[in-house]
Amino acid sequence: MLSARGLGFRFGSITALEAVDVDLWPGEVLAVVGESGSGKTTLLHVLAGRLRPDAGQVWYREPDGPRTEVHAMPLPLLRRLHRSDWGFVEQDPRQALRMDVSAGGNVGERLMAAGARHYGRIRAEAARWLAEVEIDVARIDDRPTTFSGGMLQRLQIARTLVTEPRLVFMDEPTGGLDVSVQARLLDLIRTLVRRLGIAVVLVTHDLAVARLLAARIVVMQRGRVVEDGLTDQVLDDPRHPYTQLLVSSVLAT
Amino acid sequence: MKGYNFAYLDEQTKRMLRRTLLKAVAIPGHQIPFGAREMPLPYGWGTGGIQVTAAVLGRADTLKVIDQGADDTTNAVSIRRFFARTAGVATTTRTASATIIQTRHRIPETTLTEAQIIVYQVPQPEPLYQLEPSRTETRRMHALADYGAMHVRLYEQVARYGQIAISYDYPVMVNGRHLMAPSPIPAFDNPKMHRMRALQLFGAGREKRIYAVPPYTAVVSLDFEDHPFRASRAAHVCALCGDRASYLDEVVTDDRGGRMFICSDTDHCASRRESAP
Ligand SMILES: Nc1ncnc2c1ncn2[C@@H]1O[C@H](COP(=O)(O)OP(=O)(O)O)[C@@H](O)[C@H]1O
Ligand SMILES: [Mg+2]
Repeated sequence: MLSARGLGFRFGSITALEAVDVDLWPGEVLAVVGESGSGKTTLLHVLAGRLRPDAGQVWYREPDGPRTEVHAMPLPLLRRLHRSDWGFVEQDPRQALRMDVSAGGNVGERLMAAGARHYGRIRAEAARWLAEVEIDVARIDDRPTTFSGGMLQRLQIARTLVTEPRLVFMDEPTGGLDVSVQARLLDLIRTLVRRLGIAVVLVTHDLAVARLLAARIVVMQRGRVVEDGLTDQVLDDPRHPYTQLLVSSVLAT
Repeated sequence: MKGYNFAYLDEQTKRMLRRTLLKAVAIPGHQIPFGAREMPLPYGWGTGGIQVTAAVLGRADTLKVIDQGADDTTNAVSIRRFFARTAGVATTTRTASATIIQTRHRIPETTLTEAQIIVYQVPQPEPLYQLEPSRTETRRMHALADYGAMHVRLYEQVARYGQIAISYDYPVMVNGRHLMAPSPIPAFDNPKMHRMRALQLFGAGREKRIYAVPPYTAVVSLDFEDHPFRASRAAHVCALCGDRASYLDEVVTDDRGGRMFICSDTDHCASRRESAP
């Protein structure tokens, strides 16, 4: 459903991406791993159409639809994709959430942006999604400023998944959380993604996260993909020396 | 008055304003920036409205100016006097006799006609202002008709107060495309904007924006299917003319807490009393 060929991106003199190819199939979770600064976030933003690559192309195929080049799409079309079929989960939920708006309003926003105009139904759907992400429905009118880090991330996930997108980009969704909170969140993401059949491009520097969630993996080093394949194969039998280093946890975490 | 051009502004400025107005009429509800001129009145006194009025005013026009529905407030009187002096045009307090009505805070109760223009004084032209302080971002939101955030605001109102509790400057969709601030008129007046026969022009002096709603254009107040927009008014009868449908002001009548409700539209109230048997 998403494929990229020959992606290149530079920040001034820094080469953040070079000759990157990526393919993603419907319903598949693909992990992008690598140490900090290897270009994972940049790749995610280029794939999602947020950053225009200096080289290469990204193609997206709608169900039974034509293939469209993401960076050639008119802006309104791209925005519509981002509000409906696509989702983006930021590492810092405060970047995505409206902190001065209630939890219910945060979850309901994408529904309203998609044209929902029945308050009762929007609220019921928001309540259902709060329950899905294990947030007490009694908190529906509370502002996120009163939420813990784990709750904020779960709220962001509810807000993203409420329109049941086909494709979600996630940037270190469990980064910066306590280990026990991480485990619960990972479990939740895995359950929801499987049940809804969502395709995910998941950026993480944590190989355990990749192993738990992703069927396939690409390993990045200095802006290049050095190895890719089935997660278990790559992690159990790494070919590239850099992957071997990562797996032997010299560079991990 | 000597030393001034007709209606104070020079012809070049008026031509610039008219070009802006034409653009505004062509894209109903869309804000067009303009090079606002310094006016001999402070901002907040309707300099945006005055510039728009000056640009459309002709020698044969009859001007009415209202402020909070009244023709006799300081603001209304000074603007009326300003144009009587600088343009020598006829002025009136009668809605039906006016060809141009400049207003702050109200739309007259009398239905306007195709022969009339109503000019609104606008303090804040951007309906998304409270949600998004960046001008660049609000422009982008308008360009993409990305108005989910405004509905979030309405959602919050219902969640908190059980209803949409916006009583002034209640946001509207114009021509099914642009979100627009109707200026601080009461929500009660919003339905009058819908398919109004008169041309509606909006001038924001400090913010340097002009926008317009051409005659017969759809103007719809945002709401939810299960919490529909309501044009609410005080549930009283006008103490002077007995009107049960007009928009009322509550006035204090003495220093012992005495109050009464009277029509906010003074011309409407006076006409009703004159024609009463
Ligand atoms: N906004 C930016 N300006 C300049 N350089 C940047 C910017 N963002 C990222 N970089 C650089 O690009 C490279 C890739 O960064 P990034 O994609 O964030 O890596 P990762 O997500 O794997 O940590 C790094 O060298 C980083 O310093
Ligand atoms: Mg990163």
